[in-house]
Amino acid sequence: MSDQQERIRLGHGGGGTLMQELIDQEFRRLYSDPDQVLHDAARLDFPPGPLAFTTDSYVVHPLEFPGGDIGQLAITGTANDLAMAGARPSRISVAMILEEGLELACLRRIVASMARAADACGVAIVTGDTKVVERGKADRLFLTTSGVGVIESAHPIGPGAIQVGDQLLVSGDLGRHGLAILAARHGLSLEPPLESDCMPLWPQVEACLLAGIRFHCLRDLTRGGLASALQELARAAEAELHLEEERVPVATAVATACEILGFEPLHLANEGRFLAVVPPEHRALAEALLAEQGGCWIGEVREGSARVVLRTRYGSERLLLPPTGELLPRIC
Amino acid sequence: MSSPPPAAAVPSLAKGLAERLSRPWTVMEVCGGQTHSLLRWGLDQLLPPELRLIHGPGCPVCVTPAATIDQALALALTPGVVLCTYGDMLRVPGTQPGVDLLGVRAAGGNVRLVTGPREALGLAQGAPHQQVVFLAVGFETTAPATALLARQAMDLGLTNLFLLPAHVRVVPAMEAILSDPANQVEAFLAAGHVCSVMGTAELEELVGRFQVPVVVTGFEPADLLGGLLEAVELLEGGTPRVANAYQRVVRSEGNPAARALLEEVFTPVDQPWRGLGVIPRGGLALRSPYDSLDARRRFGLSAPIPAEDGQCPTCGPICLSGEVLQGRSTPDQCPSFGGACTPEHPLGAPMVSSEGACAAWWRYRR
Repeated sequence: MSDQQERIRLGHGGGGTLMQELIDQEFRRLYSDPDQVLHDAARLDFPPGPLAFTTDSYVVHPLEFPGGDIGQLAITGTANDLAMAGARPSRISVAMILEEGLELACLRRIVASMARAADACGVAIVTGDTKVVERGKADRLFLTTSGVGVIESAHPIGPGAIQVGDQLLVSGDLGRHGLAILAARHGLSLEPPLESDCMPLWPQVEACLLAGIRFHCLRDLTRGGLASALQELARAAEAELHLEEERVPVATAVATACEILGFEPLHLANEGRFLAVVPPEHRALAEALLAEQGGCWIGEVREGSARVVLRTRYGSERLLLPPTGELLPRIC
Repeated sequence: MSSPPPAAAVPSLAKGLAERLSRPWTVMEVCGGQTHSLLRWGLDQLLPPELRLIHGPGCPVCVTPAATIDQALALALTPGVVLCTYGDMLRVPGTQPGVDLLGVRAAGGNVRLVTGPREALGLAQGAPHQQVVFLAVGFETTAPATALLARQAMDLGLTNLFLLPAHVRVVPAMEAILSDPANQVEAFLAAGHVCSVMGTAELEELVGRFQVPVVVTGFEPADLLGGLLEAVELLEGGTPRVANAYQRVVRSEGNPAARALLEEVFTPVDQPWRGLGVIPRGGLALRSPYDSLDARRRFGLSAPIPAEDGQCPTCGPICLSGEVLQGRSTPDQCPSFGGACTPEHPLGAPMVSSEGACAAWWRYRR
């Protein structure tokens, strides 16, 4: 390598002084209690009551994309998973797999972004781990985060609580994150440019809980988008989920780009959007609270076979299926 | 380009269609993009029952010969070769069921997804020690971009970029359909995007020969219903001619610069279409000097003709791809539809492509 950039070397993961230097200089700032970085395990004190616990791995190419980066995703995504259990995100762990050759400058930006995201989500990073693998054995940087949160919903939230008659709402417009990533990956210049929607979800969930909304189910709309989330819930609830396509919020820029690339906007991943299932008497209040971030009502749970039916703006009906696998742009 | 017709026009167009019909008619929408749009928006549910739509073969992914896919699979496994192509092509099986480019990639083949030839050029420039092969598919809409790539490769003197061309021409396929005595097509909706390049002269000839109305049609719901209304007008009036219901995009002369580029780089050839057989002048081959970029020549592969004769290896009693592509069967008439054949485990190409009729039926209509 002839460039002058500082890069991660295998030795940074060797457990010796190079590794200590990396932790001291780059990672210590992440920790809520920097002394904890030297311990093998973090001690956690929680009030009595149920906790939520979740884990997720993050692999994304490119590492940095319009509106976010892998670090922000890893913190926010895990905090959001906790929020979907009605839990206030509290503590988080970060495990990193670094590829030999990763530019230190890039790692620094991502670490700084993780610290900002932790602040924004109100979580403390309490423990972590670092490994370095040989060049070619990873795609620059993989992150795994686990999180613990304190459940603040008095009622169980989950697919099992869904009932016929329940109302479906989304917390904001859909598809921005997925499209921003695909555009960055394929060098597509979208006009206007789209940014990821990555943001913490707990504030919206908390506002609803405080207002007395009883969530039957919450689901963040990450991989597979709204279509996959609805399909899973239709199966779990053994009911038909009925959507009004005209009410599903999709920005014009997203819809247009999808039309060109052959994507279904409701298949695209979101990193700051969730689906809420509420009893009919809570629909109006939930709608009013979620509207502040562009959220709205999109449909309802009906008796019927486990499927998702979408009524188009022309009054016709069609199925909404999850994506098959990898989202592949069509030839156009 | 002016803005598309308002969606609000859809109900009145549907009403107009119902009022104008005096008898049953059968219209084929040629392009897979139109099929997809019709089903995605449930427009077929808005049409009077007397108006029968049949889906045409306009899905370039679907009609790419299985032998060409096999060649791409073999190239992707050749040391030093990077095989790049459009996303849809990665899941199309070759002659062996279930063997596709995604599988070859998982097995260690060098397969890259590109959204267009520009990315293929970038790959070649960025990897001078590798041989980059672009599996180039599509109608006259994507062929000019491939032609531009060929010209750029020559101008830049690139020695590591090759094309595996599988481009197809729409009008010869329409001709083949009309030449079949059993065909039921009374009017065509022609593919608007192809016409934006090729203009309408070829269609005028077709109408002159077969006396079947052809309406150049777009892809938005109101475009499609507008095109159908125009087709019904021509059918009811007994006036077979070419009408342009996509005037905001298509001019009668097409795009002369793109056409000139096509003529400079390609020459029409007889070409096997998967499921349809050999279509006279139905494909495009690289002409001299651009044929030096032909991957078949560089890697000693055979031409696509007549070895497989357009026979679809997966077609037969258990896969009606060919029948579906010719509008003789609807996807749900196939015994494997939704059972042995799904988008996750496709038997035939029309279940793969987002523009394939089987995939559109599975996705929206079950």
